[in-house]
Amino acid sequence: MDSHKLAEQAAGVATGASQLSQQAQDLALSISQYAAPEAAGMPFFVVGLTVFVLACFVGYYVVWRVTPALHSPLMAVTNAISSVIIVGALIAAGPEDWNFSKLLGFLAVVLASVNIFGGFIVTHRMLQMFSKKKKQGA
Amino acid sequence: MAMTLSLLAYLVSSVCCIMALRGLSGPNTAKGGLMFGIAGMALAVVTTLMLPGVSSYGTIILGVAVGGGIGALIAKKIEMTALPQLVAAFHSLVGLAAVFIAAAAFHNPEAYNIGTRGEIHIGSLIEMALGVAIGAITFTGSIIAFGKLQGIVTGKPVVFKGQHMLNAALGCVLLLLLVLLCVTESPLVFWAIVFLSFLLGVLMIIPIGGADMPVIVSMLNSYSGWAAAGIGFTLQNNLLIIVGALVGASGAILSYIMCKGMNRSFFNVILGGFGGEAGGAAAASTASDKPVKIGSAEDAAFIMKNASSVIIVPGYGMAVAQAQHALREMADQLKKEGVKVRYAIHPVAGRMPGHMNVLLAEANVPYEDVLELEEINRDFSQTDVAFVIGANDITNPAAKKDPASPIYGMPILDVESAGTVLFVKRSLGSGYAGIDNELFFYDNTMMLLGDAKAMCEGIIRAMEH
Repeated sequence: MDSHKLAEQAAGVATGASQLSQQAQDLALSISQYAAPEAAGMPFFVVGLTVFVLACFVGYYVVWRVTPALHSPLMAVTNAISSVIIVGALIAAGPEDWNFSKLLGFLAVVLASVNIFGGFIVTHRMLQMFSKKKKQGA
Repeated sequence: MAMTLSLLAYLVSSVCCIMALRGLSGPNTAKGGLMFGIAGMALAVVTTLMLPGVSSYGTIILGVAVGGGIGALIAKKIEMTALPQLVAAFHSLVGLAAVFIAAAAFHNPEAYNIGTRGEIHIGSLIEMALGVAIGAITFTGSIIAFGKLQGIVTGKPVVFKGQHMLNAALGCVLLLLLVLLCVTESPLVFWAIVFLSFLLGVLMIIPIGGADMPVIVSMLNSYSGWAAAGIGFTLQNNLLIIVGALVGASGAILSYIMCKGMNRSFFNVILGGFGGEAGGAAAASTASDKPVKIGSAEDAAFIMKNASSVIIVPGYGMAVAQAQHALREMADQLKKEGVKVRYAIHPVAGRMPGHMNVLLAEANVPYEDVLELEEINRDFSQTDVAFVIGANDITNPAAKKDPASPIYGMPILDVESAGTVLFVKRSLGSGYAGIDNELFFYDNTMMLLGDAKAMCEGIIRAMEH
């Protein structure tokens, strides 16, 4: 019974992984094609939308496989990685001369940094707790 | 060439972020996933610093040091019971950062190649306005959610007449302003959008009650992702779009799981006002005239010691009382006596998805002992004792039997089919939903009135004698 169930789960994981890799490939392809159409006058919006929709699907499949016990770390880590908008903040804060735009960029860098460091550290703390018990249980 | 290289680096960074989420499919791979996430973020930052327009490293390092220092300090000090508020607070920062970035792009579009001042491309303007609106709603909405979780703002739903009409009207005005922005490109209109979205964020979250917070925190998580994606469209950056979509999808799925755990539609939660005063008053009046068996810590210790299996059902009350460590000690004592102890987690137990799992993990409860609703619900009928601590509505049999009950149809843990139900609670009052729990009056139920932590400690003492 148990080994049968295990095999079934393994098969499920395998198909999931292959789907995922397929999607990742699609995604990579669409991104690699990005430079060419832009040069040919294709608006970024269409490219961006393609990437966006594909990424939504990747997110959908990846997140459904997250075990419910780890939903709190999932929230914390998604919170941390959503601070990747720091990229936009860095560009705004980039120029040497101070102006309104740079000030906003600087503030955004500070806020996003709070999130990046805070989010990753708190996720780490949580995961530490889960793996600590793992050893004790074994 | 350099441009292509940075685009490729962003691609690698995106894949790292996907791997970070992928790792969370199990506790063994989770840490590896986290490393991917950190690497991805580091790569994204370094790549951006290499871009030609970015040269004021001093300012940037100062910003990262200040922000990073604050973030690290908070994350290290925070109590695990305060996790939901922390996450809500962090969401608000993402929202505000998105607002600042959109505003920076609006005032200095040349830096992002989206046109010149006063001549921003129309598509970019729309994306910018959407990004800034979602960001602003995330900001104030998360602050209200934080206030409610922290107890600064009342956890009760705040409702007033015409609330939904007002929100709808504000939404319409927001759309009009968006059109106006595209036509005039006036900074005044831009900041009006920001202000209005701030207001809308407050009004959207204020009518939602404390126990619906798992849905709201997930929803704001999702919003922060969509805001990032919106900024990605504005800045024409695929990394931001990909990560934003990942986070958005993640939050949306969590919201869905939480709604399903309460058998309520997403809109039902969003419209708020669930569990008003009227229900609470009615429940209080019926509670007094039925007989209830009330036990002591000694009784509970005796019953559990002589049981062969116990299932513990924790809820938000356990988190409030910080009882997880005492609870685990109690479970250890029981295990020493040869009792089989497991934990049953309802999807919406606590104030954020997976809240109970983290608290039990903090108290060193073995991962294998903690089971989800579907995994364990059938075992209650073969269990001697169900020990309910700080939970209420998620065990209420009315959800199965009484079609008139507001929680009818909600999946519950079938604690009533256990041999004995020990129910730790501060008083006989109703739960969050304002519904009387008929379980209190069952023959096989024994109420243990008192603070969850004190009760667990009392039981431990009684077992030692």
